[in-house]
Amino acid sequence: MHDKTIAELSAALARGEFSSVELTEHFLGRIESLDGGLNSFVTITGEQALAAAREADARRARGEAGPLTGVPMAHKDIFCTDGVRTTCGSKMLDNFIAPYDAGVVERFRAAGCPMLGKTNMDEFAMGSSNETSFHGPVKNPWDTGRVPGGSSGGSAAAVAARLTPSATGTDTGGSIRQPASLCGVTGMKPTYGRVSRWGMIAFASSLDQGGPMAASAEDCALLANVMCGFDGRDSTSIECADEDFTARLDEPLKGLRIGLPREFFGDGMAPGVAAAVDEAIGEYRKLGAEVKDVTLPNSGLSVPAYYVVAPAECSSNLARFDGVRYGYRCENPKDLMDLYTRSRGEGFGAEVKRRIMVGTYALSAGYFDAYYLKAQKVRRLIAEDFRKAFEDVDVIMGPTSPTTAFRLGEKTDDPVSMYLSDIYTIAVNLAGLPGMSIPAGFSDGLPVGLQLIGNYFEEARLLGVAHQYQLVTDWHQRIPGGFA
Amino acid sequence: MSLSHDDVRKIALLARLAVNDADVDAYARNLSSILAFVEQMEAVATDHVTPMAHPQDTAQRMRDDAVTEADQHEKFQAIAPAVEAGLYLVPRVIE
Amino acid sequence: MDWETVIGLEVHAQLATKSKIFSGASTAYGAAPNSQACAVDLGLPGVLPVLNREAVRMAVKFGLAIDAEIAPRSVFARKNYFYPDLPKGYQISQYELPVVGLGRIEIELEDGETKTIGITRAHLEEDAGKSLHEDFHGMSGIDLNRAGTPLLEIVSEPDMRSAKEAVAYLKKLHALVRYLEICDGNMQEGSFRCDANVSVRRKGTEKFGTRAEIKNINSFRFVERAINFEVERQIDILEGGGAVVQETRLFDPDKGETRSMRSKEEANDYRYFPDPDLLPLEIDSGFIEAVRGTLPELPDEKKHRFMTHYGLSAYDAGVLTASREMGDYYEAVVKACGGHAKLAANWVMGELSAALNKDNREITESPVSAEALGRMLARIEDNTISGKIAKDVFEAMWNGEGSADEVIEKKGLKQITDTGAIETIIDKVIADNPSQLEQYRAGKDKLFGFFVGQVMKATGGKANPAQVNDLLKRKLQ
Repeated sequence: MHDKTIAELSAALARGEFSSVELTEHFLGRIESLDGGLNSFVTITGEQALAAAREADARRARGEAGPLTGVPMAHKDIFCTDGVRTTCGSKMLDNFIAPYDAGVVERFRAAGCPMLGKTNMDEFAMGSSNETSFHGPVKNPWDTGRVPGGSSGGSAAAVAARLTPSATGTDTGGSIRQPASLCGVTGMKPTYGRVSRWGMIAFASSLDQGGPMAASAEDCALLANVMCGFDGRDSTSIECADEDFTARLDEPLKGLRIGLPREFFGDGMAPGVAAAVDEAIGEYRKLGAEVKDVTLPNSGLSVPAYYVVAPAECSSNLARFDGVRYGYRCENPKDLMDLYTRSRGEGFGAEVKRRIMVGTYALSAGYFDAYYLKAQKVRRLIAEDFRKAFEDVDVIMGPTSPTTAFRLGEKTDDPVSMYLSDIYTIAVNLAGLPGMSIPAGFSDGLPVGLQLIGNYFEEARLLGVAHQYQLVTDWHQRIPGGFA
Repeated sequence: MSLSHDDVRKIALLARLAVNDADVDAYARNLSSILAFVEQMEAVATDHVTPMAHPQDTAQRMRDDAVTEADQHEKFQAIAPAVEAGLYLVPRVIE
Repeated sequence: MDWETVIGLEVHAQLATKSKIFSGASTAYGAAPNSQACAVDLGLPGVLPVLNREAVRMAVKFGLAIDAEIAPRSVFARKNYFYPDLPKGYQISQYELPVVGLGRIEIELEDGETKTIGITRAHLEEDAGKSLHEDFHGMSGIDLNRAGTPLLEIVSEPDMRSAKEAVAYLKKLHALVRYLEICDGNMQEGSFRCDANVSVRRKGTEKFGTRAEIKNINSFRFVERAINFEVERQIDILEGGGAVVQETRLFDPDKGETRSMRSKEEANDYRYFPDPDLLPLEIDSGFIEAVRGTLPELPDEKKHRFMTHYGLSAYDAGVLTASREMGDYYEAVVKACGGHAKLAANWVMGELSAALNKDNREITESPVSAEALGRMLARIEDNTISGKIAKDVFEAMWNGEGSADEVIEKKGLKQITDTGAIETIIDKVIADNPSQLEQYRAGKDKLFGFFVGQVMKATGGKANPAQVNDLLKRKLQ
């Protein structure tokens, strides 16, 4: 069952080949037997999943099933789940039983998708390797000595190992696309404002965006149909009619204009990644697309601008974790200051503290203009670059990450080198555009991801462009050894 | 910008983060290298650029003035570290 | 050497919305601790703010009333600091771009002159919760019911030159927000709070002195006392050769003094930045005009109308328009008594106000309704009772003994206006006092009063005094 796409599972459920309970049991069994070496799940919610599966079967029996009813899934542990521990990968929230559901969780619950559990992640989504998680790093199923990427590393690894048909992720600077790339799965970050941020624990509010992760683009389209949509509880949620993201899957690519940003094909990219990306572009040419160069002159400043904007917002977003109303509280605080500094000092890990401090500094008196304001201006320049590029092309393509999965521990001592792992993904968040990563081959046995960037609200086209490629390639169907 | 140990302590206090003395040096080095890295932004002139705070150029939506929330304090306080008589307890606040 | 006082006030008015500024929790006062603190107010992980339209409408209403510019685009910013009553670790406020820009208010000074006080800005923000300092085993308790209540922070220019001016401004502002029905003005419950920035400078100098900010002064009386104390304190320091320290001070009403709040002074750096969870607030002319359509008659307009329409003095009109309720009551009295505006003014400002004061009641809680008072005044005007008897009637009405007519009837207080009946009594009084009559006729005019008194006594005070005068004069000649 686990080698089937969501569309196939949905059809099989509809035909009565197996029940949702059987399907859910199958994936719970895989998690139990296979996740020990991966650590992709933080919490497994077997009982609730089976109860939801029974309800889904009953719903199907009543003739009320939707396209995803009965297909189990997993949620990144950044989404609040009512009555279920929601840790955000942090000691700070290790004991936090969320008292409400995130908007995204509500939507999948209403669609009838049993939740298998909560997936591991970098602490508060701050990391590109999953090594900042309080629950320990996730291992890449293609090579357990390597990282799965981050911050949605648990979701990516779990999908890659087919421990779940799909998982939600969030992407602030590449946190869906980069792990999707490193684990060989398909992931999409929609246009900022498409997916409700209600109940999604904030890292950097103006950049954070939830999105689906699954084996294929078609699956992501089905998931996006549930996940995207207006939510009045999120002021940044875009008020637009619900859209069918599968609508353009079958659209031929003849005449599609693909732009390759010169800046994405420079020295930083590993040769094996470059080769796979070139080959994928060649495939698109064969499908009738027209390929041209574009330029994003300021994209080189995207990582520096991001590492001001994101820490600034996070320094404020994470101020609520103070040991008063929920979460970690230090032992025997001697006064108020002690309660704050020790609860936060002990509850947060090193990378989170680094970013809070960078952000605090960037917003402080005397430095605000030079850092925060400057970064916001650079952000505007980066968004303008994309606007101009999209005057000439329909989709922008390039590598998702400069390298394949790196070794555990390889970059943990050097924050800046870790940050550069997101060099091709971050600009998309700064601009608020939709982006995807799809499997596009291997380098030394490790997956390589191709990044697709679309114009605002062009997710359906993006998914179609990805789907057409997946019809003529099988990279997305490959399952790592030991997980078949 | 290179940060001194004192700078690190000041920032940590402002952010209410206890930092062990042994870690101050590593923070100073890491934060300094991050700041040096982000200062690459200086390479581009931005004098006439409007800062971009949001990805979308739209306006704030407003909701109707209606009470929609019920009392859930028992549920919310079940996850609180210290409560008494419906209040969250903290070390004495001095005015 | 003469000193000049310079005062600017920052007023926090809680807006009278049903729900909070960024959440759907109730703003009702006095609920059980934390029973009105919802997920958003508690700052739970993952929650987000959505702006209450009514709070914006009220802010715009205020802006229009003080003739201020309404910002077509304003921005919510985060003010970052840690405090237990501030659940998110930041307060959502407005910093660089407030919703209400420069405006002004006119106040009346004691000498009858008016003075314009500039209002720098008014901005929307959320209130914090409360720390309760009762001892919980050496801990403080935090109640977040108030957290997220909408506030309009109204910042004046440093235009006031005495504590009395500051009080006049504050009272005017208080009346205004209540006229506009955007704030209940309850100072005890903290719905209307005032901080004062106070400095002194030598008369004739232009540069402002170093100011102290006095926090949370919760009555008009305390404002005056706190400022006067602070002015004396600063002058003492300066005359002693010292320097005033810029700091936050707390007024202690028990001791009548201000004291330094050192705990609040630890190098605050609020790190304001635009709240990424909220988009810019855009207010178009349609919104503004819709709000303008709901503006009531403002205090100054009402006062002017009372002077021209009812012929009242500036002083009387000022008193009768000090609150919207007072003005409404007065006008209802005038209507019910048949338009006797001056008589109504005298009674509302006299007997009624005295009775309210004595019982410590608001005009809205008066046991004598405006209509009832008006009907009583009509009985004075139609000579049913005298002004003197009316005071007894009013007292009976106040004590719940019925309407004016019922009291007059029950107690037999109707004036005697039958000329024949009064003449009979006068004849009897004259007959009973021959020696006084002789002396009067011999030129002792003073004795006229004696005869009046005797007649009134004989009628139990009910004879119409004017009639008695007329008839007596004729009979005594």
